Amino acid sequence: MTSTEATPVLELTGIGKEFGAIRALHGVDMQVLPGEVVGLMGDNGAGKSTLVKIIAGNFRPSQGEIRFAGSAVHFNRPVDARGVGIEVVYQDLALADNLTAAANVFLGRELKRKFGPLALLDHKAMAARALELFGELRSETRPDDLVKQMSGGQRQAVAIARTRLSNARLVMMDEPTAAISVRQVEQVLGLIHRLKEQGVAVMLISHRMPDVFAVCDRVIVMRRGEKRADKSIHQTSPEEVTALITGAKEAA
Amino acid sequence: MAMPLESPISFTNVGRIRWWQRGIFASQTGYVLLALAVLLVVMHFASPYFFTEGNMQNVAKNFSFIAIATLGVTFVIITGGIDLSVGSMMCFSAMITSMVMTELSAPGSPAGSLFVHMAADGKTVLANVPGLILLVSLLAGLGVALLAGLVNGFCIAVLGLSPFVTTLGMLSIVRGLGYVVSNGRGSFPGGPDADYFYALTSGDVLGVPVPFIYLVVLAVAMAVMLHHSAFGRHVFALGGNEKAAELTGIPVVRVKIEVYVICALAAGLQGIIISGWLGSAPANMATSYELNVIAAAVIGGANLAGGIGGPLGAIVGCVLLEVIRNGLVLAQVSSYWQQTLVGVIIILAVLVDRIRSRMI
Repeated sequence: MTSTEATPVLELTGIGKEFGAIRALHGVDMQVLPGEVVGLMGDNGAGKSTLVKIIAGNFRPSQGEIRFAGSAVHFNRPVDARGVGIEVVYQDLALADNLTAAANVFLGRELKRKFGPLALLDHKAMAARALELFGELRSETRPDDLVKQMSGGQRQAVAIARTRLSNARLVMMDEPTAAISVRQVEQVLGLIHRLKEQGVAVMLISHRMPDVFAVCDRVIVMRRGEKRADKSIHQTSPEEVTALITGAKEAA
Repeated sequence: MAMPLESPISFTNVGRIRWWQRGIFASQTGYVLLALAVLLVVMHFASPYFFTEGNMQNVAKNFSFIAIATLGVTFVIITGGIDLSVGSMMCFSAMITSMVMTELSAPGSPAGSLFVHMAADGKTVLANVPGLILLVSLLAGLGVALLAGLVNGFCIAVLGLSPFVTTLGMLSIVRGLGYVVSNGRGSFPGGPDADYFYALTSGDVLGVPVPFIYLVVLAVAMAVMLHHSAFGRHVFALGGNEKAAELTGIPVVRVKIEVYVICALAAGLQGIIISGWLGSAPANMATSYELNVIAAAVIGGANLAGGIGGPLGAIVGCVLLEVIRNGLVLAQVSSYWQQTLVGVIIILAVLVDRIRSRMI
């Protein structure tokens, strides 16, 4: 799926971030290629979330440069990152329980039709597009059902479908498998495969070793704000990654 | 993993939600509507006067007196907020409207000379442009409501103060301002446009009280806004999950300010209508009405935790309260019982909804 000569979707060089006297990130370089699934691992406080938030536009980096699809980018707000094609699936999924699946997919980006001076919601078009997206993700989710009544896997599908609205080129998923059942984990990993098939780069932030080894092409390990390893999944093992996360092994 | 993407998904494991498990049938509003229907039938047999035209007009008029403000507060409740200042707002808007009207209708005063002149007989005051005074005074009354709503919204959305505390403060501020401007005295709509004012606020069209007509129009507008506009979608999203709303790029601050402004304007309009019916705007008007208004919204199914509510529920809540009040009067039960019963109904309505949502 990945080819070495393709332009990286995302390229970070020397990214660092300080919060006052605390150095959260230091000199992080990384690349993500189109259609590649990269696992980002590390203990709590290793700098994973800071890195994700910098890429998603929540924070600005103190040092370093972000290049997206070959050109340098500066994000001031999450909306800027979304504008170039970076979508984030948040850990709590950022869904409104009281709305339907279709309403959640289109939240903040509703389709409208003009009725004279009024722009009213185009319910039909949104439901049809949402059903199409759920079909692509092979999730049995009805656009008109309330999210409240859905399983964890369906919710995840809704959150991921949202990222498919704008032809995102990089999807970052924060702990997508942390709070759901085994069968639903299967579904979510299937969804990641589906994104990969469509040439979307995925960054999977997870604590769950089996999930990372099941779907990722490459794994990046963070520790104490630095990148300690960046290896193809075939050249490493869960034991080595664990050692890198805990610090039993310094770098690889 | 190579599956054809075009094949439609089949729903093998996920059933369809039945019609009685969704929409109005699965909402507190539906149950309360049913209870209301039962109550109406019971009332019909309990009192021969209940379904007479006069009594129905009375009921329609009375519940319209709190229902417009209830529509407004429902917006706020859906976002997960609360507005306790509606009672005071009703009074203040009504007061400003009638004071401005009286002021502009005084010939000889600097402001009045722009709007009125003396007739040839030296006694009758005539308007330069009929209806202009009414328009200006209504705008003044609604203008102060708009300002108070903006302040509420700014404190809550921008400064991050709690809605309960902010609007509790506003309750006191606005009531106090009412006493300040009126010196504790009531004010009366007067001048050449007063007749228009009464016609617009307490008249009727073909036997239907005008407040009821306003209510229906506003309720329909609210339904369209809530369910068919992006703004309404954002209002619901805000109540369902504020953080999600923010992350998906919804202008949270703007939506919040807008709902508090809508609520204040609805309360102001409501106050102006009540003052037309009363014929004056006393300084203690609509005291503690905020509790009736919020009670009606909650009985009708608006959830104080946010995310649920609508115009039908707001109206059903108001009708239920009024029918009970009216029924107790017709049945010659002491009016002191009314308040007790209203409290019981608030708790019952929420309890029934809780039991229902546990059963599913």
